[in-house]
Amino acid sequence: MAGPQLKSTDTDNSNYAGLGPWLLLPSWLVIGFFLVLPVGLMLIYSFLTKEFRGGVVWDFSPAAYDQFFFDRGLFGDSAPTIELTYISIFWRSIWQAAVATILCLLIGFPTAWFIATKTGSNRTIWLFLITIPYWVNLLIRTISMKFLIRDNGPLNELLLSIGLISEPIHMINTNFAVQLGLFYSYLPFMVLPIYASVERYNFALSEAAADLYATKWVTLTKIILPVVKPGVIAGCILVFVPSLGAFLAPDLLGGAKNFMIGSLIEEQFKGNAGNWPFGAAASMILLSMVLVILTIYARQQVKAGDR
Amino acid sequence: MAKHIDIRKFTGFRAIAVLCLFLLYAPLIVVSVYSFNDSISITTWGGFSLRWYEDVFFGPEAPKFKQAAINSLTIAIGAAVASTAIATAAATAMLRAGKFKGKSFSFMLINLPLMVPEIVTAVATLIFFSAIGFVSGYMTILVAHIVFCIPFAYLPIAARMQSIEPFYEQAALDLYATRFQAFRMILLPLMAPGILSGFLLAFIISLDDFIITNFVKGAGVETLPTAIFGAVKLGIKPNVMAISTLLLLVSVVFVTLSYLVGRMGENTEK
Repeated sequence: MAGPQLKSTDTDNSNYAGLGPWLLLPSWLVIGFFLVLPVGLMLIYSFLTKEFRGGVVWDFSPAAYDQFFFDRGLFGDSAPTIELTYISIFWRSIWQAAVATILCLLIGFPTAWFIATKTGSNRTIWLFLITIPYWVNLLIRTISMKFLIRDNGPLNELLLSIGLISEPIHMINTNFAVQLGLFYSYLPFMVLPIYASVERYNFALSEAAADLYATKWVTLTKIILPVVKPGVIAGCILVFVPSLGAFLAPDLLGGAKNFMIGSLIEEQFKGNAGNWPFGAAASMILLSMVLVILTIYARQQVKAGDR
Repeated sequence: MAKHIDIRKFTGFRAIAVLCLFLLYAPLIVVSVYSFNDSISITTWGGFSLRWYEDVFFGPEAPKFKQAAINSLTIAIGAAVASTAIATAAATAMLRAGKFKGKSFSFMLINLPLMVPEIVTAVATLIFFSAIGFVSGYMTILVAHIVFCIPFAYLPIAARMQSIEPFYEQAALDLYATRFQAFRMILLPLMAPGILSGFLLAFIISLDDFIITNFVKGAGVETLPTAIFGAVKLGIKPNVMAISTLLLLVSVVFVTLSYLVGRMGENTEK
């Protein structure tokens, strides 16, 4: 999302003037044809009727959204009441993603601050160490976490052997396991943008605060946090958004009881039991939520830029 | 000041940073260590052994994993080559072709795969391929991977191109080089580190993908992540830990390579 900024005033950078559209044609075609068009088609599919062996019948109806939001009884003829099954799955996803984001922030901010205040090769090494796990396969990281926190896994064995607990803590297939998995999946996403913000922070501000007898806590909350806020917000979005639609952590660590949006969607496309229009509708609702978050974020950025 | 206060330090931040590293690495290290476990049970330690690595390469599931590895590798190379080429052209347009209509729209389009949640991309791509009758399999995975690799290849390439002043190519153009010559003989060699790290990034991203692949692969074609996921559904077996450790090693090697290439690039600038 944070790409290199375009310099619109730079007129020197036009060695290939006139070729722009031609050079961009491959990107337009590939992304347009294989992403924009499919999302459009998904919107259409969400208004179609499901076929029983998976797939759709071209019969337009809002049935999928109706199923999502309303309960019309077993035979579909009762007065509609609000259907809570799917809304509560979405609500749980939002909650889980929020907890994971807060955990990431609590660990990520001090880490980012610590790294940014280091100098030279020390800083480079720390940054490098934080980045590596991000590039390790997410599936493998999730499996590793599952292995670690099993009832008779290494973590419980360790805690038992040092006598901290007397019987294994049951962690797998709990809400906490999912939160831990999401936290573990996206922690580097929190550290890196905050690091980038703190790196640009002017320490003269802290000095001024200290000279005026501000305590460290006051300096942190009243001076530093407002200045590095853009990095914190970017980090929160980078953790929250992928957590919301995550599939691996809830599926592998949460089990059937801790269903999240990702698993709900996946189930609609698995084998013959699925419901494509419903899956498409749930995907559209998830996409809308994410786009709303990103739009609010972009607006804020523009506002901050104007100031 | 009555006493010297280090404004850069906060009590406990170092401890949290160390904890952060520990949390990031502990699961990976534990799995790597247990992949060398001689015991059949994954819980008890039965001494050091390479038997599970032998099992991965020569055991009953070896052909399945080998085919999955070949698929993963060829798809990652194909997706990385295609997305790097597309991203290089796009970066040249965005940074070297002056102003034109649809520029900011293009910037948004290039970054779109980063904004759409993966599972939504997966669903949309599956629906699209099934609607146009494109049979699921190797080609559908490759096409889907090219799409989401574009922004990842674009970022380092554009960052590098931005740091190269346009004067070099202008000098060539002044000396009657054609624009194609200026691009191929001046800009492209200067761009090499950026293009290489874009390629490596795209390669790793493609190799890592599970969700989108899982949706569009259809029956029969597996990549390493989908094969591992299938195996893990029946419980974590030691051979899965061995294969995970190998894949872990590949990722670490590639990131290190990409990092060194990036530093090489920084050094040539000075």
